[in-house]
Amino acid sequence: MRTDAAALPAGLRAGAAADFVHRIGPVAVIVAVVIVVWYAAAVWLNAPQVIDRFKSDEKPWTARELIDATWSMERPVLPAPHQIAQNFYETVFQTSIESKRSLVYHAGVTVSATLLGFVFGTVLGILLAVGIVHSPVLDRSLLPWIIASQTVPILAIAPMVVVVLGSIGFVGLFPKAVISMYLCFFPVTIGMVKGLRSPDPLQLDLMRTYSASSAQVLWKLRWPAAIDFLFASLKVAIATSLVGAIVGELPTGAQAGLGARLLSGSYYGQTIQIWSALIMASIIGVALVALVGLLEHLVARRMGRPG
Amino acid sequence: MSTIDAGAALASQGTPAASSARSAAESTAIEIRGLSLTFQSADTPVVALDDINLSIRRGEFVSFIGPSGCGKTTLLRVIADLETPSAGSIAVNGVSPESARVNRAYGYVFQAPALYAWRSVMRNVMLPLEIIGMAATERKTRAASYLSMVGLTGFERKFPWQLSGGMQQRVSIARALAFEPELLLMDEPFGALDEITRDHLNDQLLRLYEQTGKTVVFVTHSISEAVFLSNRIVVMSPRPGRILEIIDNVLPAGRRLDIRETTRFLEVAHRVRQALRAGHSYED
Repeated sequence: MRTDAAALPAGLRAGAAADFVHRIGPVAVIVAVVIVVWYAAAVWLNAPQVIDRFKSDEKPWTARELIDATWSMERPVLPAPHQIAQNFYETVFQTSIESKRSLVYHAGVTVSATLLGFVFGTVLGILLAVGIVHSPVLDRSLLPWIIASQTVPILAIAPMVVVVLGSIGFVGLFPKAVISMYLCFFPVTIGMVKGLRSPDPLQLDLMRTYSASSAQVLWKLRWPAAIDFLFASLKVAIATSLVGAIVGELPTGAQAGLGARLLSGSYYGQTIQIWSALIMASIIGVALVALVGLLEHLVARRMGRPG
Repeated sequence: MSTIDAGAALASQGTPAASSARSAAESTAIEIRGLSLTFQSADTPVVALDDINLSIRRGEFVSFIGPSGCGKTTLLRVIADLETPSAGSIAVNGVSPESARVNRAYGYVFQAPALYAWRSVMRNVMLPLEIIGMAATERKTRAASYLSMVGLTGFERKFPWQLSGGMQQRVSIARALAFEPELLLMDEPFGALDEITRDHLNDQLLRLYEQTGKTVVFVTHSISEAVFLSNRIVVMSPRPGRILEIIDNVLPAGRRLDIRETTRFLEVAHRVRQALRAGHSYED
């Protein structure tokens, strides 16, 4: 490594390589540890079943055979990482996107509910915050209800939403988006109430000396001052929105979506399928949060922020 | 002594001779009579201003000076309709402070620049112009001309964090001037700046005042600043905030910074200092 770096024409390259190692190193170590522990756990958790099978077959078995068997079961208690990776690869890259077996298809269904719910939740959250900031009556009357709404478990509300909306003709995407919205408006409201109240008294006095209307104060002062708060909230909101969409898919009869995939996986003991759906959900979650982060970065640059 | 002037002006306003009344009203920018303001704090009411009588003519540069808590900022805020007096009367351009504010009669410069961090220098100066609904092209030329007046041409696209404190305060002055108010209210605008920057901005402000002939009400705790800039110096004392003395500045117009070393300047400064000291002994 050292000599390679030294052989490079520019010292900069070596610096960049060192920087890369410095950044990726810790993450790589953690991933390696997790994978080793995972394989060990797979042996430990799957061994009883394998041993039972060996015993019923009444043939002698070696430790090597035992380990191989625990890492290649069809319905393991805990699948080995390579089994999940293989299933993930097959269902993502080797299955037609239109097929019901394609993980991409199911992910697409969940992502559309997530995004629709996120948009609903963001709009609702912002509207509530604007109302609360501008009206003392709403501030006193609305906020306790908003907080109370979040103490009810989403699993209890989701089936009711599906049933009620279904009875008036809304099925499929919309009920899931509503459930998703129910979860994700909350961080937006809380963050935006704080954000819209963040301008300092001097900045508000300035608007008063111009005898600006409250709409002008909102658009030219409160809103831009709240942008940092908004993006912090949106990062939380988009993650909970994904959770909402997946939960919303559980009581819909499990036709499509990552939630449906989880549910059918648990019906049929398809643990590998469950795990690859989980991996897909976390990849989507990370990607969506990163997307909000990118948007935040672009907005910050437009607003003249350093860096 | 100027309180007597103010009384005379009021008296003439009260006479039936309409023409003289009108001329008096037209030449008066701010008229304050028997004004008091009491803040209702949790335990005891605090008398921030007590029986203030003051008349400021158009085109005058008047400074309020006094120790912290003497109500000088509060008095300025009352003129700007940012505080409501408890008793007495006040007229700004012959109308109530609220009407004056709604008519956008004044520009206000705060102690801190209070720039909006997300707006460039240019767009900060254009903010009041956007609010009064000026056309975009006019906004730009107007903002550019006032930025050049405060010596910030070339910084239009910078953001506040890229400027020094003195430059930020100059932006805030350009912003206050941009919608061309007749009356400029300034609350210790240079208080947080180093002395070199402060001298420079004092000089610039005085030139600006001489060019535009605006009425300026200026709050400060610096004797030298007050004497250098003002036509009249209102000396105030704390608890309760009241006017001790109003000193006419005998220094001629067209002052430059080196006037501060002259005997006449030091004499006026001495009078102000004595008045401030009288306020303290009065309090003890």
